Amino acid sequence: MPFVNWLKRKLVVIAGLLTLGYLLLPNVIVTVFSFNKPKGRFNYAWQRFSLDAWKDPCGVSDLCGSLSVSLQIAVWATLGATLLGTLIAFALVRYRFRARGAVNSLIFLPMAMPEVVMAASLLTLFLNMGAQLGFWTILIAHIMFCLSFVVTAVKARVMSMDPKLEEAARDLYAGPFQTFVRVTLPIAAPGIAAGALLAFALSFDDFIITNFNAGSTVTFPMFVWGSAQRGTPVQINVIGTAMFVVAVLFVLTSMVVGNRRNRQKA
Amino acid sequence: MSTLTEAPPPLAPEAPEPKPPKRRGRLTPYWLLLPGILWLLVFFALPMIYQASTSVQTGSLEEGYKVTWHFATYWDALSAYWPQFVRSVLYAGTATILCLLLGYPLAYLIAFRAGRWRNLILILVIAPFFTSFLIRTLAWKTILADGGPLVGALDTLHVLDVTNWLGWTAGDRVLATPLAVVCGLTYNFLPFMILPLYTSLERIDGRLHEAAGDLYAKPSTTFRKVTFPLSMPGVVSGTLLTFIPAAGDYVNADLLGSTDTRMVGNVIQTQFLRVLDYPTAAALSFILMAAILLMVTLYIRRSGTEDLV
Repeated sequence: MPFVNWLKRKLVVIAGLLTLGYLLLPNVIVTVFSFNKPKGRFNYAWQRFSLDAWKDPCGVSDLCGSLSVSLQIAVWATLGATLLGTLIAFALVRYRFRARGAVNSLIFLPMAMPEVVMAASLLTLFLNMGAQLGFWTILIAHIMFCLSFVVTAVKARVMSMDPKLEEAARDLYAGPFQTFVRVTLPIAAPGIAAGALLAFALSFDDFIITNFNAGSTVTFPMFVWGSAQRGTPVQINVIGTAMFVVAVLFVLTSMVVGNRRNRQKA
Repeated sequence: MSTLTEAPPPLAPEAPEPKPPKRRGRLTPYWLLLPGILWLLVFFALPMIYQASTSVQTGSLEEGYKVTWHFATYWDALSAYWPQFVRSVLYAGTATILCLLLGYPLAYLIAFRAGRWRNLILILVIAPFFTSFLIRTLAWKTILADGGPLVGALDTLHVLDVTNWLGWTAGDRVLATPLAVVCGLTYNFLPFMILPLYTSLERIDGRLHEAAGDLYAKPSTTFRKVTFPLSMPGVVSGTLLTFIPAAGDYVNADLLGSTDTRMVGNVIQTQFLRVLDYPTAAALSFILMAAILLMVTLYIRRSGTEDLV
């Protein structure tokens, strides 16, 4: 039975590719339906091909406004979380200090907490303080939950760093600041970049925590959520498809550039 | 990066003394920690305390709330909403097991079998993250649509008869049933299972497989005795990263489910944002948090991987 044998050998590959298909199927649907011309208010059933939505991506009121709110929040949250998280990561890897266990659990807990719990408790804090819900409360919340992920990403990179490189720099009479800027930071950069990228993606796509603490401010995920009740414009699919394509192109280019650089070094 | 490294070092501090003053060195970690830890204390830990206090308050929106140590709220919340709690654990548990079963082959494929396709497949696993998960979840409404090709095929193959009998679907519908919610949860949290699995599989030394083969182990024995045990850290963190967010999720239950599939997240959301019954919502949220923390602690202790951070 050669076929059965072949199947046995390829079982893992087939199962893995099926899972990959399951993961990518919704993206295919999102893309295909960005060319749809739906009959009613909802874009769930295929009617006929049309480029209308691609020609006019901002044609739905408030859609591009919410997109810009989301981008602004994501940029600021990324900057804040990356800065604070990198400092913590360096402290954790490079120094011995008291309360290390407490610090570690304070960083682990936000990642082990269901979002809805953090969302609800943060809202009680804001309500008790009488804070005005909006852009700033969203930003505060986003920096909070992105922080731990940045710490983990940067920590992993700094931990795998050879301390001898910094010793060498010091032996060559580099001051602590010089050593940090010219040796430590460039080596840690990929970890910091990974943390920042993760923070951006998490912040941009967050719905649950934002929904609780946004007041009347509408981010892009909140716009999509609202449209699921009122009627889904095709433009949502256009934005989703564009984001997917841009992200894949971005990663592919950075990979090609990275490969070329490595080859030049070798 | 090059501009940063080539730039002349601006204002390098004074030439280092032979021995830097000890006090400064000792305080450095605290200065590094201060801003971030303060942020987490004020906007993560403090809210938990406020929430605990809200859960034992009584009052109304108009007259304000007072702490009266009214623990009965917990009892009332549990007796009113225990079905949603049970459902959350059931759905999230099923989704986690499905994620492990679906995700393991793909992680294995990327780690050992993909060759030069490895990076591409990894990108394809991560890339969906960049399309808003709400849009992708809405796409499941199309995939599982009533009378659509998938549901039609399941009906013809009599799969729906089985799922109807199990109570996962109703009639010839998949949308608005538990199956749709579990399907959405599995889909949404699958990458959180695949990535840790891949990381721990990739660390395994390929020579161990060869050694097992040299010692006449069948491929299945090699997997059972070598590969799987060595991938346990990935299995543990993958199941946690899937189960925790799935148990608190209310998006899938709302978009793909019906009123009969509401999970505890839905209740918390409605109580907080619609009904404005803050004590009940806070109590529910507190119970969910306590339950998850308890589960995580027990699970980590049993599986013996303490260092997840």
